[in-house]
Amino acid sequence: MESSTTPGRAVLSGNAAIARGAWEAGARFAAAYPGTPSTEILEYCGTYAEIDAQWSVNEKTALETALGACYGGARALCAQKHVGLNVAADPFFTAAYTGVNGGFVIVSADDPGMHSSQNEQDNRFYARMAKVPLFEPSNSQEAKDMTAAAFLLSEQHDAPVLLRTTTRISHSEGIVTLGPRQEGPARKFERNMAKYCVLPANARHLHVKVEERMKALEDWACTCPWNRIEKGDPAVGIITSGISYAYAREVFPQASYLKLGFTNPFPAQLVREFAATVKTLIVIEENDPFLEEKVRALGLSCIGKDRLPICGELNPDLLARALPEFAAAQPPARVTMPEVEIPVRPPVLCPGCPHRGVFFLLRKLDVHVTGDIGCYSLGALAPHNAMHTIVCMGASITNALGIEKAMKEKIHGKLVAVLGESTFIHSGITGLIDTVYNQGRHLTIVLDNSITAMTGHQHNPASGFTLKGKPTHRLDLVKICEAAGVKRVVAVDPFDLKALEAALKEGLAAPEPSVLITKRPCILLKGYKPEKHVVRINRTRCVKCGQCWKAGCPAIERDPVDGKTVINATLCVHCGVCARICRPGAITQDNGGQK
Amino acid sequence: MITNILLCGVGGQGTLLASNLLAECAMRAGFDVKKSEVHGMAQRGGSVVSHVRFGPAIHAPLIRQGEADILLAFEELEALRWSEYLKPNGLVLVNRQRILPMSVSAGSSVYPSEILGLLEKLPAKVRSVPALDIARELGNQKCVNVVLLGVLARQLPAIDRPTWDAALKERIPAKLLELNVKAFNRGWNAA
Repeated sequence: MESSTTPGRAVLSGNAAIARGAWEAGARFAAAYPGTPSTEILEYCGTYAEIDAQWSVNEKTALETALGACYGGARALCAQKHVGLNVAADPFFTAAYTGVNGGFVIVSADDPGMHSSQNEQDNRFYARMAKVPLFEPSNSQEAKDMTAAAFLLSEQHDAPVLLRTTTRISHSEGIVTLGPRQEGPARKFERNMAKYCVLPANARHLHVKVEERMKALEDWACTCPWNRIEKGDPAVGIITSGISYAYAREVFPQASYLKLGFTNPFPAQLVREFAATVKTLIVIEENDPFLEEKVRALGLSCIGKDRLPICGELNPDLLARALPEFAAAQPPARVTMPEVEIPVRPPVLCPGCPHRGVFFLLRKLDVHVTGDIGCYSLGALAPHNAMHTIVCMGASITNALGIEKAMKEKIHGKLVAVLGESTFIHSGITGLIDTVYNQGRHLTIVLDNSITAMTGHQHNPASGFTLKGKPTHRLDLVKICEAAGVKRVVAVDPFDLKALEAALKEGLAAPEPSVLITKRPCILLKGYKPEKHVVRINRTRCVKCGQCWKAGCPAIERDPVDGKTVINATLCVHCGVCARICRPGAITQDNGGQK
Repeated sequence: MITNILLCGVGGQGTLLASNLLAECAMRAGFDVKKSEVHGMAQRGGSVVSHVRFGPAIHAPLIRQGEADILLAFEELEALRWSEYLKPNGLVLVNRQRILPMSVSAGSSVYPSEILGLLEKLPAKVRSVPALDIARELGNQKCVNVVLLGVLARQLPAIDRPTWDAALKERIPAKLLELNVKAFNRGWNAA
């Protein structure tokens, strides 16, 4: 990943464009915890020498640090996926009261359609609830321009600004005109109790200022260049924002548009003016009726969520089907698909994934497993079926504690919490302290693969490197667990199934909380080359018992003719987990195996 | 006129690099371009798809079903899965490679036989290319994506060859350039 610093034109993703916009606007600090679809914003920020970009341990620390940087005079940005802003919500709301010193931009990348998320909350409501100005870009060029504009607005109005993208903005690409960097004015931290200390007496005054600011911004919303009327056929007027604008323009090219890019505070007067010029008013937006409710509150009647879905992403086909009478043309003719069942291809744990043996054994031991957010969430899927709750980052440990509290001795020895090391550091440590303090006794497994893997390999405190790749203190997970009061902390190599199974059984049987740390890098980790001990199959010894298929490895296939196991030489990385599982000894590893 | 190209394959096959280069070349050739894909869990062997659209002015980054001029499939089953995006009499460029989904290798579902035959029954032009074999001949199966990009490039008269050559040279790391130029040429000449 690299970024050019020269002006010109480039094809950029929305995320790359946001980083570019921050750089051009003179941003000096950026922080985030990775989360799809927001991750690349910080990765791209990290490619600019002038931006001190960091991975924080979670979204709350990221937002607080970026807020501190802006108090300290830097233009600062923090980014997160939609559910990340839940974690950061506490400082987010109060940042609206304290205001800023250097400009402060908060990016929320929402995930309609839940491509890689546990819910599809519409974070535009955070802006309304916290009384924070809100931008909604509809392509990469706007993502860059609005980011830069948000920094200036933030300083002009002494307010943090929320920039909300969705997956199809963050991960779509378009041509962006690049500009030079412009440094912000020199500022430093100035003591100002009335502004920065939200003691009740101060906060009461600050709240009044927040309301005054939003009132002033409502007028700006009606005249700013981000909200514009595009005159077309007066029979149909469409109010829309974000990616929905791009879809609508595709399907209803003849209509009149009120294209909104700045949506909180709501530009009420502009909406009234636009509505007066058109016959039928349509509000097109993804997920919740955020704009539509405001339109209806003005006493205007419109087509909206009565015809368009709240659940899932919009797309041009869906708009054409939902509103056929307004579409410019018939939907395109389609080819008729052959009548054959197409097997689904969901993501799977990679060949050589260090998590595979853990889930094989959890399924074998038939224990209850509270899970968490990461690649290992795939442990919930067939053939593993070895994860029975997934809620949010860090919830595995505390969910387990709660289940124990409800079921007491009925569940002792049968309950395991599973989470990755990055998730453990994000918000699992507090749950572990809770477990010890409140005398839980479940087993916690920390899957330590030396990287934040699912979002595409970001460093974390346990990897020992910063976002910019500089060596730093490497967090000692064993010592953290011991300091929390866990007396039984064991680390094993998850490729060593015998040791792993023994450790699991001991941890489950223990009458006190225990932690098992499985240590083995992600197989895709750059520079990681595990010692290769060749795995082979002797097909005459294969009895089709099906044990190896339960490992859920993409490299293990079933011969369609004789039903015996075949190892796909292109995919196999010779981790040897299947050789250790194989009962009749058909699969073997040349040496170094634990058989 | 807008050209819509859908690239599909399996996570890890390098569809992203191919779609990035395609979008870059479309811009260099003077077009507006939009591209969309979803990443996140894509490196875990799931089905992946990139939408690339170029022309005088593009709004939506997504291709509508029935509007893809070309389907560039890195894998046979994925060609079948995404062929409903193809416009009638569109072009399917398919790599002759099969990657079994988990459900197939575990025996709970069947990989359709004769996928090329099924594709040929569609109202579409179908061209299959042994891109994996070509990549192996070149000594690195990872360059299968650039072989396929060469196959695609030959079908796009709106983007001239020097534009492709320049983009490859600027975007591919120097030590891999020679291999990838060979791969691109093999694809270009295979079409």
